Amino acid sequence: MARKSWRNHLWLVTCLYFLLGLYNIAFAWLGLIFFVTPLLISIIKGDKAFCNKYCDRGRFFRFLGGNLGLTRGKPMPAWMKSAWFRYLFVAYFFGMFGSILVATWLVAAEAQEVDDAVKLFMALRLPVDWSYSGALLPALTHSDGLLPSLTYSGGLLPPWAVQFAFGFYSLMLTSLVLGLLTMLLFKPRSWCVYCPMGTMTQLICKIKEKES
Amino acid sequence: MTSKKKRKPVVDRAMCAACGECAETCPRIAITIRNGIHAVVDYSQCVGCGACAAVCPASAISMKMEAE
Repeated sequence: MARKSWRNHLWLVTCLYFLLGLYNIAFAWLGLIFFVTPLLISIIKGDKAFCNKYCDRGRFFRFLGGNLGLTRGKPMPAWMKSAWFRYLFVAYFFGMFGSILVATWLVAAEAQEVDDAVKLFMALRLPVDWSYSGALLPALTHSDGLLPSLTYSGGLLPPWAVQFAFGFYSLMLTSLVLGLLTMLLFKPRSWCVYCPMGTMTQLICKIKEKES
Repeated sequence: MTSKKKRKPVVDRAMCAACGECAETCPRIAITIRNGIHAVVDYSQCVGCGACAAVCPASAISMKMEAE
């Protein structure tokens, strides 16, 4: 069991992030904090203090898996722990991120409409009418059919920023689902073994150590 | 001459993801993550409880018997 620390409550940040995104997709942008911070720490300090101490996602899996016992606690299969799988997953992750950037660019160039859907693995559309306002407060702008539909028009965010938000929320949700699956099947923090941010920051630390 | 055997955690550095779960779990605060690369055990503090090996998601820590 983990020692007492305020950091044990950081799992709430994960919950807050996904709830805010449900409320308004614009909040998905906040997820960039979880991308930039670990990279900056590894580049500047040369360690993985983010993973070790402050990562909300790691604490989230520990809380559910460790504290609530939602895990089989079995070892991960060897291939999933291997270096090639870790780097392959980084590549897959870059692929997803790249497709988000392309979609964002196409919307910015007015070559494509905003695809206002949250998709798992960039393909499986969640069966939720998620079309949310780009405004900080959701506002009903038009309605067609039985379900009210919220659109990004007239919001504070331009359409390209809304597109990025949907893509980024999808990416965050996809990684959460994968992390939850490996938490249930293996040990609570199995996600940390193949987390692309963890692999990248560890690689940066290794390069920094070689340099010095 | 008496010899006392003790279990001690051994880190597989190649497998370690440096996530820090072992360091957070260790009741003796005997584990640190060196330069964000891998876990290092301070054997002068370690009591060989095996909590680190149990939580390591990469199974990179194994408990080995050692003659003291």
